[in-house]
Amino acid sequence: MERRSFLSGAAAAAAVATLPGAPAIAQGSVANTLRVIPQANLTSLDPVWTTAVVTRNHAFLIYDQICAQDSNGDIKPQMAEGWDIAPDGLTWTFTLRPNLSFHDGEKVLAKDCVASIERWRKRDPFMQVLAPNVAAIEAIDDRKFRFRLTKPTPLLILALGQTQFPCFIMPERVAATDAFTQTRETIGSGPFRFLANEWNPGQRAVWSKNERYVPRNEAVDGLAGGRVPKIDRVEWTIISDSATAANAMAQGEQDYWEYPLHDLLPMLRRSRGVVVEQRLLDGTYGVCRFNTLQPPFNNPAIRRAVAMAIDQRDYLRAVAGDDPAGWGVCEGVFTCDTPLANEVGSDLLKVHNIDRAKQALAAAGYNGEKVVLIAPGDYPQINALSLVTADVIRRLGMNLEFVSADWGTVIQRRASKEPVERGGWSIFHTTSSGQSLSLPVFNLFLRANGSRAWFGWPDVPEIETLRAEWVEKGGDPAEGRRIAEELNRIAMREMYYVPLGYYWQPSAWARNVTGVFRAPATVFWNIGKS
Amino acid sequence: MFAYVIRRILATIPVMAIVALFVFSLLYIAPGDPAAVIAGDQATPDDVERIRASLGLDRPYLVRFGAWVFDIIRGDLGVSIFTNLPVSLMIKQRIEPTLSLMLVTLILAISIAVPMGVVAAWKVGTWIDRAVMGFAVLGFSVPVFVVGYLLAYVFALQLDWLPVQGYTSISQGFGPWIENLILPAIALGSVYIALIARITRATMLEVLQQDYIRTARAKGAGQRSILFLHALKNAAVPIVTVIGIGIALLIGGAVVTESVFAIPGLGRLTVDAILRRDYPVIQGVILLFSFVYVLVNLGIDLLYTLFDPRIRY
Repeated sequence: MERRSFLSGAAAAAAVATLPGAPAIAQGSVANTLRVIPQANLTSLDPVWTTAVVTRNHAFLIYDQICAQDSNGDIKPQMAEGWDIAPDGLTWTFTLRPNLSFHDGEKVLAKDCVASIERWRKRDPFMQVLAPNVAAIEAIDDRKFRFRLTKPTPLLILALGQTQFPCFIMPERVAATDAFTQTRETIGSGPFRFLANEWNPGQRAVWSKNERYVPRNEAVDGLAGGRVPKIDRVEWTIISDSATAANAMAQGEQDYWEYPLHDLLPMLRRSRGVVVEQRLLDGTYGVCRFNTLQPPFNNPAIRRAVAMAIDQRDYLRAVAGDDPAGWGVCEGVFTCDTPLANEVGSDLLKVHNIDRAKQALAAAGYNGEKVVLIAPGDYPQINALSLVTADVIRRLGMNLEFVSADWGTVIQRRASKEPVERGGWSIFHTTSSGQSLSLPVFNLFLRANGSRAWFGWPDVPEIETLRAEWVEKGGDPAEGRRIAEELNRIAMREMYYVPLGYYWQPSAWARNVTGVFRAPATVFWNIGKS
Repeated sequence: MFAYVIRRILATIPVMAIVALFVFSLLYIAPGDPAAVIAGDQATPDDVERIRASLGLDRPYLVRFGAWVFDIIRGDLGVSIFTNLPVSLMIKQRIEPTLSLMLVTLILAISIAVPMGVVAAWKVGTWIDRAVMGFAVLGFSVPVFVVGYLLAYVFALQLDWLPVQGYTSISQGFGPWIENLILPAIALGSVYIALIARITRATMLEVLQQDYIRTARAKGAGQRSILFLHALKNAAVPIVTVIGIGIALLIGGAVVTESVFAIPGLGRLTVDAILRRDYPVIQGVILLFSFVYVLVNLGIDLLYTLFDPRIRY
């Protein structure tokens, strides 16, 4: 007896008629619906207000971009037909493709793009770096707008087409919302429309095909090329329990799981109806972050001693399992296999020796100060990284206090600059996409501008000088490389964080899901079901 | 009686006020910052501060508490920090799955546990009694999530009789609705069945020793009539009390069960809100839970009068 027939008798006996107010989900055919388990609950809908990845993925469905990143990381036109750069490099003029329209039927105009860029650039760290170069952003007519610059800024197109904090185009009236206040409308011009009346945060979010969408003619390539909506509905179901999500995939109750837990990958691979593959183009990088304001890690020699004891492979096995195909060692501050990746000065990370680290620790003058390691118990990957460091710290004979909390508590406590006795911290861990670490302008962990730096607050003026120099000369590959090597050398000398390598985060989908392609973000255009 | 009910309902007001003050204060001193969650890793401290100000989280304790209480008096539970949706709407979206789960669990538990307890008392000392008590120990000992995973493995993955996860509204038909609730209700009800079965057995054993039971037997009353008409009715007061107390177990257990079976109920809403520090949602849901408790207790008190005519208010 199968499920379909198991309760048919009860159902018939009950004969409860479907009520008129039943949600549209009942009407959606499974064959035309892509049922997705997203990586997290979609709680906020404004991709400028929050940087949550799940919100960004939602935004890719409903909004469009002026330009976008292809699979090689190059920026290609998307809503833009193209752009012209004046010979002096001080004016960039963008022309929109014809026939672009928002979900409410209004045409997409240049003024919508200007308003959207203005709102986005108030929050995007990359554009904030370039802000001094931007004199004005102006609409010329309905289809043309321009950037007027104070000096040539080749990185402008990289900022505008980036994937980390994408510039999504909203109607002007929506984009007029303060950048620190959440928008109330979800009107975009992207390939799917958000069905707000079916949104039940924590349970389900639904999008339907935007019939008016005019995709580009080129083949899809990363986030560039034709964004063709090939499915009528995309339906996210929030399943917080990984074992339940794996069972739902195995039983065919869901079609796509964005972030399966590594422990469950073997089970999914054994399931005949499921494909498990790497879809995201980047790995996920872990870091161990020190608080440079408080003892003992206000002493760079102690930080270096800990780094000598660290072996990235221990961390990567703890997160992603024993199969080396699932992870990679990367002993530098820039994303491996990208143009700036280098290991200049990374010798300490290759020591992997507890005894030598103990000697270095003693020589550095460690005097039994308490080390408070804060770890998020509800975040399996980061918790695994934290547990490995805790083991290293214990084996080094340091005075460790391991504090397990939820992520919400960790991100509040890490903002404290107080000593550990007054609620401060010594070490925490986090992860980041490879893209975010590929360039000095993105690489948040590398910043070392003291009290304005990321948590841990390192103060290394040389790093900031080099970073500014890269922004100036980043367009020149040879200069860019030289600056990156110098940055890596100084970061390894100061060791205010320890890179922990990267792991791949595969996705899983049902065998009848077609057209899945590799991209820098999880997007659902060009995907169908056979 | 009517005056008693009115008095009890009025008494909920100070109870709710104390709960409100307690919940608000607890959240105020608890660690966590929703503005930091929203702003993300790339945000500067200034950005976080601006978001905090836009959400009104930088206002003093008394101002925030006063504004919240004023809104509640007007029937407004506030707006979720994250979703921008009214808390009342979010509760409305989630209340049906939780009520459905509790209802099916209650029906299942009572219809299984009470006969089990009665039969165990009747056959005291036999293998039937020992089997029922063994089941009760198992029900108490095995965590809800373990029962849930086992049921899902057997009945969903191996036999393919029932779905692994999810919830279908009853508005889409009784079949799909009950199909999604059977496994969660059994998992959630396992502790409840054990509790009610044990109490029923113990109370029945005591009642079965009473003189009037002997008299009923002497008058030639049948075994079924003695057990279910004479004894069970007189044993009902403690059983009903335990069922009432068990509602607390159900609400607590529903959090786990809803996670294991991906049921979008109030339990998961609460946990998600706590993890994100979505204060208005946490406050709204806890107020609702405490109100439900008060009402359930009132209902139990009133039920006593049905089972025991000596009780009068």
